[in-house]
Amino acid sequence: MFGFVSGVGVAGLLKRSAASSRETCGNGFSRGAPVAVSAPQRIDAPSLIKVQQPMTITEKILAKAADKDFVVPGDNIWVNVDVLMTHDVCGPGTIGVFKREFGQDAKVFDKEKVVIIPDHYIFTADERANRNVDILRDFVEEQDIKYFYDIKDRSNFKANPDYKGVCHVALAQEGHTRPGEVMFGTDSHTCNAGAFGQFATGIGNTDAGFILGTGKLLVKVPATMRFEMNGQMPDYLLAKDLILNIIGDIGVAGATYRSLEFAGEVIPQLSMEERQTLCNMAIEAGGKNGIIAPDAITSEYVDARTSKPYEKFSTDSKASFYADRTYNLADLEPVVAKPHSPDNRDLAKNCRDVKITRTYIGSCTGGKIEDFVAAARVLQYQKVRVPTFLVPATRRVYDDLHQYKINGQTLAEIFNSAGCIDPASPSCAACLGGPKDTFARINSAEVCVSTTNRNFPGRMGSKEGQVYLASPYTAAASAITGYVTDPREVYDFDSNKRHPAETFASLEE
Amino acid sequence: MAFVSGLGVSSFVGRSVSVCRGENGGSVRSGKGVWRMKTMEEVCEVGRKRSGNELSGKVFVCKDNIDTDQIIPAEYLTLVPSVPDEYEKLGSYAMIGLPDELYETKYVKKGEMRTEYEIIVAGENFGCGSSREHAPIAIGAAGGKAVVAESYARIFFRNCSATGELYPWEVAEPIVDKFETGDTATIRFNEKTITNERTGETIELKSLGDVQPVVDAGGIFEYARATGMISS
Repeated sequence: MFGFVSGVGVAGLLKRSAASSRETCGNGFSRGAPVAVSAPQRIDAPSLIKVQQPMTITEKILAKAADKDFVVPGDNIWVNVDVLMTHDVCGPGTIGVFKREFGQDAKVFDKEKVVIIPDHYIFTADERANRNVDILRDFVEEQDIKYFYDIKDRSNFKANPDYKGVCHVALAQEGHTRPGEVMFGTDSHTCNAGAFGQFATGIGNTDAGFILGTGKLLVKVPATMRFEMNGQMPDYLLAKDLILNIIGDIGVAGATYRSLEFAGEVIPQLSMEERQTLCNMAIEAGGKNGIIAPDAITSEYVDARTSKPYEKFSTDSKASFYADRTYNLADLEPVVAKPHSPDNRDLAKNCRDVKITRTYIGSCTGGKIEDFVAAARVLQYQKVRVPTFLVPATRRVYDDLHQYKINGQTLAEIFNSAGCIDPASPSCAACLGGPKDTFARINSAEVCVSTTNRNFPGRMGSKEGQVYLASPYTAAASAITGYVTDPREVYDFDSNKRHPAETFASLEE
Repeated sequence: MAFVSGLGVSSFVGRSVSVCRGENGGSVRSGKGVWRMKTMEEVCEVGRKRSGNELSGKVFVCKDNIDTDQIIPAEYLTLVPSVPDEYEKLGSYAMIGLPDELYETKYVKKGEMRTEYEIIVAGENFGCGSSREHAPIAIGAAGGKAVVAESYARIFFRNCSATGELYPWEVAEPIVDKFETGDTATIRFNEKTITNERTGETIELKSLGDVQPVVDAGGIFEYARATGMISS
């Protein structure tokens, strides 16, 4: 049962929320379960005493953004927006809505709160894709927008001093993910930023156009589903295994309209990059946002990248949850999501009969430096049997591939020795297929193990393709054997100690 | 004005736009090539998705978890929905990502710009995946007017009303087995029902609540203007 602790949540649930109904255990929540959120407590108190309403971290952030003392799930509130992010796929349409509705001469609500990151279709000859980046640039110039990570010379990304790469990772690396704030983005994986204790979610062009003009958006406060993971994180597991397990348990619609809060003893063991991997895929369960309470690790990361003040919130012990699940990390094993759905979970070791034709390590959720460190750890002194594509999420990740070392070899050297294809220019690349000439796009009946976040039919290009979602360990192990492989089959985790991911200095000799 | 005329519109009322026609949409910035005026009203039926209490049309049936990559694959996202001819092209690709072996009948016939199916009947979690507003727009641009599903992904549902492209009806009971692609159905708004004209069966719809007048008006901005929430 993938380590799911049966009956979980029940004790904690009763303690936290007397009004909550129990979730079914095992394969997920019963659909259509009543929304089990306790109403605000009625307390007859002298009016001079301010009643503290227990809230989750998501509720606290939204209350603050709405200038309210408290909110409860289901409240429809107007929130002030701290960051609006858009990119080359949805930016032009968003700008079109903004111009249509607010006028040709309208100005954006705050030129320092709009962040524009070309990243999806960059290294392509597609004229319309190239035009869309031009449209972004014109708009930035017209509006004097402060944060624009432009690319003009597509032949060599290094020639573009401002270009970063995949928006969600760039947002974090450039200091736009700050605890306690509200971020919207025209991309469903905007929930990635919840790793920093920020409320962050994806929206459509029309809502984004509205924000461009007003700086506000009407949102419904989501009920929170809490996922507590306890124990020591086994060395062979990565955050991708945890989130694929959770999605496998609750299903691709298991958290629709809700917030996923990740908590427990696992959190201090996870770096900011691994926390992003958890929150990034909240949308794959239908969630509105994923979130993790900020701690010292969060502050260390954020303070190194921005001097803007921020506020750290955490969930009250008496807050109410729609669901409260507990996992014992020691019970979990490396998993994959089989075609064609992110909730089609199976143990990696059960899929040894699946022959693969390629491996892909990249994207916002699977192309961060720690993802490559993990892959390199398994691939060192080994050879890949299938074409192995590496797409660093950002320029920083690309540079780090050539700097971080394991046993004296840079990651780039390790990948090269293993026979991987040289790292590509940073962008979204084949994660979502894209134009036909996109790097590593699946154009025929390929079978791919990928560290990306979606495997719906045709997601990486051809509808004939089959995508197995997996951790970088599992992807690297599968590249070595040529079939879907539990990393423990090819790598001795017991005798090779993992370096703490958050202290990269230890990797360098 | 640094900004291109092809994307902004001088007047939201007429939604008129000047567009450079050409293969792949061409460059709207160049000022070269053949320019012609085309209005969104020529290609877009937002705000005019129904007249009166009934909406009748042919039905296209889908299964559970139809994600946005199946509704409009990512390779077509270079099309910008606020440009009329690109809006129209988005429609021609609606639902093209559905697996061929499961869906022999195409939502939009090859070579056509529009669908013959005004109503989509689907299972759970319709529209899951990406936040791309191109998804409801593609269906709407093809001539789709309503989806009747067991449930929706959150962002898709919101994008339906934000754009006014589709009435996103929900039903309490599984509905996909009650229809075959090609059936004619009638949605009755006051009664909140959908009737399969082939079988005669009538199924109750869940109330759209405040979403219905927003789609009627043609999206969140048009609704806000019509109701005086924002000045016009």
